[in-house]
Amino acid sequence: MGRYIIKRILWMIPVLLGVSFLVFSLMYFTPGDPAAIILEVEATPAQMEACREEMGLNKPFFERYITYIYQAFVKFDLGTSYINGRPVMTELLQRFPYTFRVAGISVLVAVAIGIPLGVMAAVNQYTWKDHLSMLAALFSMSMPNFWFALMLVLFFSLKLGWLPATGIGHWTCYLLPCFSIGVHSAAGLARQTRSGMLEVIRQDYIVTARAKGQRESKVIFGHALKNAMIPIITQVGTMLGRQMGGAIIAESVFSIPGIGSYMSTAIKSRDYPVVQGGVLFVAVIFALSMLLVDILYTYADPRMKSRYESSAKKQG
Amino acid sequence: MDHQPRKWMEVKDLAVEYTVEGDRVHAVNQVSFSLDRGQTLGLVGETGAGKTTIAKSILRILPDPPARICGGEIYFEGEELLTLPEKKMRTIRGNKISMIFQDPMTALNPVYTVGSQIAEVVALHQKVTGREAQMEAVRMLEKVGIDGERFGEYPHQFSGGMKQRVVIAMALACGPKLLLADEPTTALDVTIQAQVLDMMNQLKEEFGTSMILITHDLGIVAEMCDQVAVVYAGQIVEMGTAEDIFDRTAHPYTEGLFNSLPRVEGSKKRLTPIGGMPPNPMELPKGCAFSPRCPYAAKKCAEQCPGLRHLEGGHYSRCIKENVVRREKR
Repeated sequence: MGRYIIKRILWMIPVLLGVSFLVFSLMYFTPGDPAAIILEVEATPAQMEACREEMGLNKPFFERYITYIYQAFVKFDLGTSYINGRPVMTELLQRFPYTFRVAGISVLVAVAIGIPLGVMAAVNQYTWKDHLSMLAALFSMSMPNFWFALMLVLFFSLKLGWLPATGIGHWTCYLLPCFSIGVHSAAGLARQTRSGMLEVIRQDYIVTARAKGQRESKVIFGHALKNAMIPIITQVGTMLGRQMGGAIIAESVFSIPGIGSYMSTAIKSRDYPVVQGGVLFVAVIFALSMLLVDILYTYADPRMKSRYESSAKKQG
Repeated sequence: MDHQPRKWMEVKDLAVEYTVEGDRVHAVNQVSFSLDRGQTLGLVGETGAGKTTIAKSILRILPDPPARICGGEIYFEGEELLTLPEKKMRTIRGNKISMIFQDPMTALNPVYTVGSQIAEVVALHQKVTGREAQMEAVRMLEKVGIDGERFGEYPHQFSGGMKQRVVIAMALACGPKLLLADEPTTALDVTIQAQVLDMMNQLKEEFGTSMILITHDLGIVAEMCDQVAVVYAGQIVEMGTAEDIFDRTAHPYTEGLFNSLPRVEGSKKRLTPIGGMPPNPMELPKGCAFSPRCPYAAKKCAEQCPGLRHLEGGHYSRCIKENVVRREKR
């Protein structure tokens, strides 16, 4: 198993190189002159040229890319922001805890709502409980995220005045953003859980479990759900990975100083180092959450473990 | 059937229906039989005849919906199982009555160790600690010829025959009084079949278990069963002791089953299959369900469904021409 994890971590290197190359090229070919962004509007051409020279913008593409890779992967330096001159890495690390908290809590909300709802729908297939919960899932899936977030603010902050509308000063500030993301993700999770469970509850081993005299709740949550876990884990992992990259909409609606809002401002102001660094950072986080998913698979399904071990032996 | 004092285990007029796309299908109809302690009853018939449905009805583990037990009574040790509250029924399942399933490949939960699946049933029905349940599981594994050290392994690490041994160990873990064995050897190859059957016979004697053995293999019936009930299209068409069925066959369907068996002695004639197909349960013939395929069928057979007629001793047949069948056999 250890071999497998090491192999997977090594595999992240080509993935990240690919991501960095893509982002770097995109930024390189995007029209717009960083020197013009940094300097005042009335800067002379000579000043602009000096600025470009200083930042190495006049060097050939590959030389710039290699320098960037070296800085990023060896020195863990993602450059400094064109706008405020602060190091990108420092800023990312400072903002990450907020994003992490929002992502973690909203995934928990999604799991707490989505999985029980999906199980209930599957167990009561084609009854009103099934139809109602799937209708609710469809509704919350089709609802635009920003609209739902704004409605929550309107109701709970402006009308009732129970919860703060923006900020991160107090734990109550996390309730609305996490709820708005969580409910949205719960819908997809409920549908996934339902279809996974439907496949499993018709299996022979479920009949075996009943024939043992096991209680129905244990049959469903012990025997069936554990077998339906693989697609659920995949979805939860993807959800977590995505949210950790910053929930752009929720972060801007609720003014959370996380990675999402950092990157969206950077994109608007052509702050290349921030965009590049941010994307790379998000890619690392995403790859790590996928690794976590693959490790969790082995707990859900022992057959995965032997598959991993044999593949690590073959290629390792 | 005439009324007798209640048997140890008795099924009376069992009827099960399935709802398929709004249509009701009678999968099991007027099925009655009884069983004494320590005896083995064979339920014989083609795939889809309703044998498994009968067994699952006894444990009340039919998938509902679509299946529904719509009539009949099942007595077991003086209790009527079909009206028992679910909670009480759970103390019987896996404990007093347990079941061995047809396909060992799918009967075990792939995400739990085999040991824990055996220990689960022990812990459910006996007042033991988790540790004791595990010890018992190890003991059961060894009893069915699997090294106790494999307790912590998962089903995918076992072969088909081994898995069926695990399933048997699980079924016998609580020393059930009645074992429902649903084609326990069908999914296994012939050499393993013999081993598993031998083992089941041994364990059955050791635990004093009665058994309802579902099979379509008449060879197994001859080897294992005291009583035989031949099931066709959800009904028992012939029932009696193994000798009655084998030596005094009194139903054309049973005869057809024997004719489709290869014989060791005698000429190398081609086997005689039963002509036609089993009837579609959605549109059963009006009269005798076997009449469209029956070589002896008379006009009357297609009009009226014959009842189960008492012949002699414990021998019953659902055929109006059982005398003709017997004469032909000689």
